[in-house]
Amino acid sequence: MIELEGLTKRYGDKTAVDQLSFQVRPGMVTGFLGPNGAGKSTTMRMMIGLDNPTGGSVRIDGKHYRDLAEPLKYIGALLDAKAMHGGRSAYNNLLCLAQSNRIPTSRVSEVLDTVGLAPVAKKKSKGFSLGMGQRLGIASALLGNPEILMFDEPVNGLDPEGIHWIRNLMKRLASEGRTIFVSSHLMSEMALTADHLIVIGQGKLLADTSMADFIQQNSRSYVRLRSPQQERLRDIITEAGITAVSVGDGSIEVDSATSEQLGELAAGHQIVLHELSPQRASLEEAFMQMTAGSVEYHAHSDDSEAADPGLPPAPRWGQGSTKKNKGA
Amino acid sequence: MASVPAVLTSEWTKIRTVASTIWTLLIALVVTVAMSAGLCALMKSNFSDLSEKDKLTFDPTAISMSGMVLGQLAMIVFGVLVVGNEYSSGMIRTSLAAVPQRTTFLLSKIAVAGVLALVVGQITAFCSFFLGQALLGDHRTTLGSENVLRAVAGGGLYMGLIGIFAMGVASILRSSMLSLGILMPLFFLVSPILNSVSQTQKIAQYLPDQAGQKITQVVTDTSSDVSYGPWAGLAILVGWVVLFVIGALILLRKRDA
Repeated sequence: MIELEGLTKRYGDKTAVDQLSFQVRPGMVTGFLGPNGAGKSTTMRMMIGLDNPTGGSVRIDGKHYRDLAEPLKYIGALLDAKAMHGGRSAYNNLLCLAQSNRIPTSRVSEVLDTVGLAPVAKKKSKGFSLGMGQRLGIASALLGNPEILMFDEPVNGLDPEGIHWIRNLMKRLASEGRTIFVSSHLMSEMALTADHLIVIGQGKLLADTSMADFIQQNSRSYVRLRSPQQERLRDIITEAGITAVSVGDGSIEVDSATSEQLGELAAGHQIVLHELSPQRASLEEAFMQMTAGSVEYHAHSDDSEAADPGLPPAPRWGQGSTKKNKGA
Repeated sequence: MASVPAVLTSEWTKIRTVASTIWTLLIALVVTVAMSAGLCALMKSNFSDLSEKDKLTFDPTAISMSGMVLGQLAMIVFGVLVVGNEYSSGMIRTSLAAVPQRTTFLLSKIAVAGVLALVVGQITAFCSFFLGQALLGDHRTTLGSENVLRAVAGGGLYMGLIGIFAMGVASILRSSMLSLGILMPLFFLVSPILNSVSQTQKIAQYLPDQAGQKITQVVTDTSSDVSYGPWAGLAILVGWVVLFVIGALILLRKRDA
């Protein structure tokens, strides 16, 4: 169990994390979602005592991180895959971590085996690919067999097989009753792994909800209809006691009926349909809508400058923002 | 709190599992011994050409350890890398997540690396002394002579302390490159230059290397008017080391990693 209370981090006059309070509970995967620069990494660094909060506190099973005698046995974290000495072998990198927390040496080979790095255990870690580095970081998080695990963007740099592997690993660890806290900026990724969702934007808490509730609330499903006899079609639907809304592009959207019902209704009145399609707003859209007001770096589309309207506009980083959020 | 023996073991593993440790310490030893031996051999063949005054103030102990001027640079590289590697590799975040008691962490690291530096320093000093004396022939001295043992063992202490000083500096600057960029010219150029000009010598004599090296002198150098003795000189160096290590501890506790 991780508890955050009013956690705040300011860099000069910029607030990276703003009065964040939430709990991460055991036995499930909690997704930590937010756009780039929302303060996810800063929050996670404060959770394991690397950064000092400007205000508020984080407690791990009721204790401050710095009061944990052998913290790797409580909480394992993958924050930065490259946070290992490249000149040291994978085995030795883990060995010195194990020794510092009095973790049996045999665990080193065990976790290397778990993450599939056993064949390269004696190789220097600087020769590792991003995916291998990520696996080594995950191995270091698993080293103390902790009840709490934290992963910052774990799928970054992994190939599809690796992504599949880490998803299953997180689910398995959660099913063992552990607390799993994983950050991502991809809603689609979270939808596949997380049971609970915490969304932040510009350091503020935007949502703290179960995944099921989030999906139900945010994925509106409706049917879209287009017809040359649009006026009549709408009247008929309304007469049947169903709410229909005309939208700008000459189509009608209906929330409370299935496409089968509407198709039969139209056929019964001999109305020609050009379109009858069930629609579902994606979670990605819901997430973008939720964080729209708090995205730090917008990609602006500027029609007057767009040379080729067929291409999406290139993102222009830092526009309208004075300072890059440190390390976020 | 973290188990100190566990953290010490961990830091020892860190040191022995990177190649830079062995290489820098080996270079410190070889360079010091080789350069001292070279100067001793040169001195023996040219002794008759020296002036009467130089013959009287000839210090066979000091010259047999004169290679430390160069060897200490390798010792500085060792000290800088031991700490700086943590920052350049990003390992520091992993290390501090494993040992969040930062004072324990840094003191353990400095203790392990410092003891190793002192041991290598002593080996270097004694090898340098014995080889140098053998090459000096008739002009040699022995460990049993007055103040010679103090000078040789002191030379070993000096090498180790310079390494620890470098660890403090690297921890404060959090960068190997920056630390070497400051320490190398300081010890190799600035300090010797300032010390050779009488106007600036009053200040330069308190720099860590100038003060610390007094311990290796058996015959008092009459050409310079240094206002303290060999042990006081070593104490000044120890003062520098303590100052920088305390500074490093305060900053490490305060800073975000």
